[in-house]
Amino acid sequence: MVATLPRVADVWEWLDAVPDPEIPVISVVDLGIVRDVALEGETLVVTITPTYSGCPATSIIRLDIETALREHGVRDFRLEQRLSPAWTTDWLSQKGRRKLEDYGIAPPQPGGTPAHCPRCKSAHVKRISQFGSTPCKSQWQCEDCLEPFDHFKCI
Amino acid sequence: MSALFEFLLRQGDNALVLGHRVSEWCGHAPVLEEDIALANTALDLIGQTQMWLGLAGEVEGKGRSADDLAFLRDVWDFRNLLLVERPNGDFGHTMMRQFLFDAFNLVHLTELANSTDDRIAAIAEKAGKEAAYHLERSRNTVVALGDGTEESHARMQAALDALWPYVGEIFENDSVSDELAADGIAPEPASLRAAWDARVQEALAEATLRHPEGDFAHRGGKTGVMHTEHLGHLLTQMQWLQRAYPGATW
Repeated sequence: MVATLPRVADVWEWLDAVPDPEIPVISVVDLGIVRDVALEGETLVVTITPTYSGCPATSIIRLDIETALREHGVRDFRLEQRLSPAWTTDWLSQKGRRKLEDYGIAPPQPGGTPAHCPRCKSAHVKRISQFGSTPCKSQWQCEDCLEPFDHFKCI
Repeated sequence: MSALFEFLLRQGDNALVLGHRVSEWCGHAPVLEEDIALANTALDLIGQTQMWLGLAGEVEGKGRSADDLAFLRDVWDFRNLLLVERPNGDFGHTMMRQFLFDAFNLVHLTELANSTDDRIAAIAEKAGKEAAYHLERSRNTVVALGDGTEESHARMQAALDALWPYVGEIFENDSVSDELAADGIAPEPASLRAAWDARVQEALAEATLRHPEGDFAHRGGKTGVMHTEHLGHLLTQMQWLQRAYPGATW
């Protein structure tokens, strides 16, 4: 049992170490789905928003957040879901965008066209499909190095 | 049954039944990319179902969850449009149905985002983004196949002609929609027709498809008065597990 209440700044740091279950190079904080961390009396309230309404990772993310909080000794907490304002790719952190690209996923670009191939950086890219391996990605191909790659859909 | 509950069932059941229909393509689509796209579309729709039916259960106040409403109601309790329970037909037919629905869904959700009920506005805001993405794909596919080969053109025209009698029901007002419109909760369906027509006509023209002339409308889906026999068959598949093993959970 922890005698002292967790500090909000520490909680943000802990959550920034919780990986997204489907794209483990970025954290749930990078992804922009943790909307708020606050203390209500002695209860820690973490507010999260889903990326896509049917994203199967959402329940795993909740579980991973709960696990992380428990590991840091937090017992008195509540997870809340907030739908509005709806999640947007604008909430991805700069750090998250860089990590996505290093991992081989083109970060979201307004207009829906990736800036360049995440591997060879060529701007000659074409869309293969509007949908990809997870609800948040579309499939593209580089016309120079010919590698297929995922693009994080811009919504 | 309150008008609000009834309305939420309509929203949830449209997403659920169409989501299930589209999921029937999983593993059967003409190419892998389309298979993935269809499965993702179905997933978005099932996600939207959880939000609408979740709220429906809350509004009803009898402790029924979204799962209870999805799996433990029978045909006559469903409030989806007849359009979405139509069998898939070929790939072109499926995409034509998707296009006709997506165009309605986006126009409707855009209005619902201004609902006087904050819970409905929040769901509409979320689902509207997904609907816009779905419409982009279904519209492009209708145009590509309509303005494609002789074979694909003929199939898309046949799909449009076969589905057209199911369009009228979408825009019919009734006592449920009157009550919600009066409270500013949801727009009258008839008021959405012009915006829908504009989107659909523009796409059909680009697809070189002939706009059907008749305005005959099958009805009975959203009121639950008379669904087609297809919905019963769909439910036997979708609800089988909960019927055979009541209360089974992950």
